[in-house]
Amino acid sequence: MSEPRLVEVRRNVLKQNDVIARSLREQFRAAGVFVVSLVSSPGSGKTTFLEKTLTQLQPRYRVAALVGDLATENDAVRLARSKAPVKQITTGTLCHLEAAMVQNALQGWDLHQLDFLFIENVGNLVCPSSYDLGENLRLVLMSVTEGEDKPLKYPTIFNSADVAVVTKNELSVAVEFDWNAARTSIQSVRPGMQIFRLSAKTGEGMEEYLEFLSQQLAEQRAVARV
Amino acid sequence: MHELSIAMGIVDAALEEAQRRGVQVSAVHLRLGALSGVVKDALMFSYEVACQDTPLEGSQLIVEDVAVIVFCSQCRETRTLPSVQLFQCPECGTPTMDVRQGKELEVFALEVREDPVEEHEVQESEVQE
Repeated sequence: MSEPRLVEVRRNVLKQNDVIARSLREQFRAAGVFVVSLVSSPGSGKTTFLEKTLTQLQPRYRVAALVGDLATENDAVRLARSKAPVKQITTGTLCHLEAAMVQNALQGWDLHQLDFLFIENVGNLVCPSSYDLGENLRLVLMSVTEGEDKPLKYPTIFNSADVAVVTKNELSVAVEFDWNAARTSIQSVRPGMQIFRLSAKTGEGMEEYLEFLSQQLAEQRAVARV
Repeated sequence: MHELSIAMGIVDAALEEAQRRGVQVSAVHLRLGALSGVVKDALMFSYEVACQDTPLEGSQLIVEDVAVIVFCSQCRETRTLPSVQLFQCPECGTPTMDVRQGKELEVFALEVREDPVEEHEVQESEVQE
């Protein structure tokens, strides 16, 4: 038997996903739709937050959502109350969304008819970090009930995100949430990240965040026109 | 846990390269960044499972950990981060998000032997682009 030898191959394991994500990003740009993906732990209030986002953006914008969930369609049913088009991606046992699933789910949708598309990832702060979905903005959501050091426990996903939202602010007194400590841990794993503190339930702080989204859309379209 | 899908991706990539070269793989060398989002132990376990019933069965996965390297705009130097929980220059303390290394998830080399031509084996010359 011949002697073993080493051959260099240099293959990115996630190349297939990255290629699809790039093509999605190009489609989104061409259609002028701004795409936001949401990542969070299970139970952080992602669906309520998204429902309020969809409802409050709707008077001014055309919005839609894709929702990743392991087994149920409950989230899609809840989000449908916003009257926005919503499609469920049931991932089965898979703990994250991949670009190909987004591509499949978008079949039959005319992206030109949309201003915003939201992609709610499976509730999980570990696995989704590796997969680019072609989104323009990755939003990481945490609630005050989860503790101020959540970002330090999941640095990779916080580092990969563009903006952080801290929700359930109506409970912050009850759980003695230390806002400065939370801000410090977010800035530690992701320096310069913009943070929104809000309550999806009472509506407090939502306006500032929605205004931020409007600006992002306007900026993206301005760049696309150049 | 998404390490099994990652492991299957590694096996697919290694098999494709091996078939193209007409070689047998005894070990796969992987570069794994500290920011790749992949847990090494879970990946090692998943790799064995992913190799089952493939020509890679019994092969080894050799993981090279890749630390996070950032560029510090203050020092104008690249620096290795001691921890992924603190994105600041370890020398001067300036926060930085200018990541130059650490997201790798790359099959970078294969330990191979030439495929022995056995009598019962029909050599197919597959042309792969």
